[in-house]
Amino acid sequence: MQTEILGARLIDPASGRDETTDLFLADGRVQAIGQRPDGFAAARSIDARGLVAAPGLVDLSVALREPGYSRKGSIASETRAAAAGGVTSLCCPPQTRPILDTPAVAELVLDLAQASGHARVFPVGALTRGLEGEQLAELVALRDAGCVAFGNGLADFPSNRTLRRALEYAATFDLTVVFHSQDAELAAGGLAHEGAVASFLGLAGIPETAETIALARNLLLVEQSGVRAHFSQLTSARGARMIAEAQARGLRVTADVAMYQLILTDEALHGFSSLYHVQPPLRTAADRDGLREAVRDGVISAIASHHQPHELDAKQAPFGETEPGISSVEVLLPLALTLVEDGLLDLPTLLARLSSGPAAALSLPAGRLAVGGPADLVLFDPSRSTVVGEHWHSKGRNCPFLGHCLPGQVRYTLVDGRIIHEA
Amino acid sequence: MTPTYAKRPLQLNDLGQLRHFLSLDGLSKELLTEILDTADSFLEVGNRSVKKVPLLRGKTVCNVFFENSTRTRTTFELAAKRLSADVITLNVSTSSTSKGETLTDTLRNLEAMAADMFVVRHADSGAAHFIAEHVSPDVAVINGGDGRHAHPTQGMLDMLTIRRHKGDFEPLSVAIVGDILHSRVARSNMLALRTLGCRDVRVIGPKTLLPVGLEQYGVRVFTDMAEGLEDVDVVIMLRLQRERMQGGLLPSEGEFYRLYGLTTQRLALARPDAIVMHPGPINRGVEIESAVADGAQSVILNQVTYGIAIRMAVLSMAMSGQTAQRQLLAEEQK
Repeated sequence: MQTEILGARLIDPASGRDETTDLFLADGRVQAIGQRPDGFAAARSIDARGLVAAPGLVDLSVALREPGYSRKGSIASETRAAAAGGVTSLCCPPQTRPILDTPAVAELVLDLAQASGHARVFPVGALTRGLEGEQLAELVALRDAGCVAFGNGLADFPSNRTLRRALEYAATFDLTVVFHSQDAELAAGGLAHEGAVASFLGLAGIPETAETIALARNLLLVEQSGVRAHFSQLTSARGARMIAEAQARGLRVTADVAMYQLILTDEALHGFSSLYHVQPPLRTAADRDGLREAVRDGVISAIASHHQPHELDAKQAPFGETEPGISSVEVLLPLALTLVEDGLLDLPTLLARLSSGPAAALSLPAGRLAVGGPADLVLFDPSRSTVVGEHWHSKGRNCPFLGHCLPGQVRYTLVDGRIIHEA
Repeated sequence: MTPTYAKRPLQLNDLGQLRHFLSLDGLSKELLTEILDTADSFLEVGNRSVKKVPLLRGKTVCNVFFENSTRTRTTFELAAKRLSADVITLNVSTSSTSKGETLTDTLRNLEAMAADMFVVRHADSGAAHFIAEHVSPDVAVINGGDGRHAHPTQGMLDMLTIRRHKGDFEPLSVAIVGDILHSRVARSNMLALRTLGCRDVRVIGPKTLLPVGLEQYGVRVFTDMAEGLEDVDVVIMLRLQRERMQGGLLPSEGEFYRLYGLTTQRLALARPDAIVMHPGPINRGVEIESAVADGAQSVILNQVTYGIAIRMAVLSMAMSGQTAQRQLLAEEQK
């Protein structure tokens, strides 16, 4: 099927392109930009005047909850939600049931994504069996089954020796390791950032050092092993500075931050709403601002939703007994556009953090919009707004932004030239 | 984008009266004073031969304790009975939740028994807020202690004790000693003292038992007992839990007593007419010497008596706030 998109402002951060032009899509690819190819007969013509055309967003962490947690979400529902947020490629973390530590689970996820998915799915495999930090998962077999990187989630390694070996093994095969740096001992029992708010509310704290100590260790072991590393879900300004320092001394490491972490702070916990219960925790306004600067400066090259849908019951209890996480992939683009609205960065830079940046971090074949490449793109109207929750596709309604009015509206999301979301 | 954290006054009705009693955060000096005045008037009831007033006649008060308690539970029970309410007490820690029933289901069941008021104690900070947000709007929720967060009736009974023995709060120096980190009593006391205008509130303890961010309460922090106790009018000792010795917070009970135990000798650093308070149950020889606990300056047992009056005040005020709110809504609907 051939589709033409006429009069859009095309922004492709990977190539630096930013112009008003037409796009011609055929056979799932971008056949031409600007000049209509000879004999191009569009079956569908989209009048995109006033819309921005950008590469489909690449989200490095969207929990699909399948297999194992179908009450919280399914591959069909959560990739559909992702499409609504402008996302066409996503990585799913290994915390499924069973854990994504065998090729069979990776294949199951990819088969389901093929059959019912609305986005390209790139699984992140478990670095160790059962995420227990003791025995390596079959990393090469997992890679061959389609895993793009390997991580251990927030589950820490009981032994630095095992971690070191895991990194060396991964480095042997040039595999990328994804770190969620949080010292399990320092964070044990913690529910919120250790600071004035947690003290006031009587919630057990997770100190900043839970992140920075783990980060320091991980950076040193990355340097020693030479493994390709991506640092996910940073929460502190200090942590972002440590990444900047590592990059400055030539270490090839990348980092991402959860979108909500760029908006919310621990102040949100007043009132004990479980919607703000996340792990790692929301930190102070100074941390949020430090993370924002790191995003602007490119130290953090990727913004991810860290989407974690939950069923109602998971959030329906006193704060400490609820499950952590926010469902937000659905509004990733409108949430991110608030950063432009706030004057933090310009639109092309923001789109880089949402497409080419994350794609480069895990070497994904995605995140650019160029002739010959896959026709994965998002068309959005920056002058309209989105009322969060007016339409909702995720099974998880655990989103603290429900009811908020956010800038921008995703009008079309296309994967392989097919319209998978239209508003 | 600036997020808005709507902090609605969950525990107040549209007229600004109590309808729940969850925390002292956000309550005005006038309201706290009203609680103290009301409690003062109830103290007299306890001295009568017939210790009952009919304020809650026909109402059902449900004590729901998810955590063990003797003093708080029995004083709440007595308070409700002296107000002529029907009282049920449930130790949920030993019944429903161990069978897998969720907190909301337990409460729905109690609601179905037409309870008008829940007194709740729970090990999780924020549990009382959660319950107040999820019970039917006609039910008043009283926090009998939630995790480390708040123990507002204890806070108010401590204020009543101070006021009855020391008078005006403003010129007083008050020291709170011991495990501040894990103490809901300390948090409620710090809030109450600040709201009531006490100018010199001190907390004393080792750094492992002091939470970060204490400056937000406007208190002075001391790690040395002798410095902190100098010339204070009130000493509030906190209970030290045995489990604090695990996990590296303290080396031993003995060392804690050596450094922070309230002995006769140390008490002499305070003003000669200083009073000694403790929320109970006390650990003799761990945080307090027997001679001090039983001494002339100790008002520990008075606190228990005042606790009943404070709980009567809070129960009756919250019930009337609920009733007023219901009438208000009924009038609006007309």
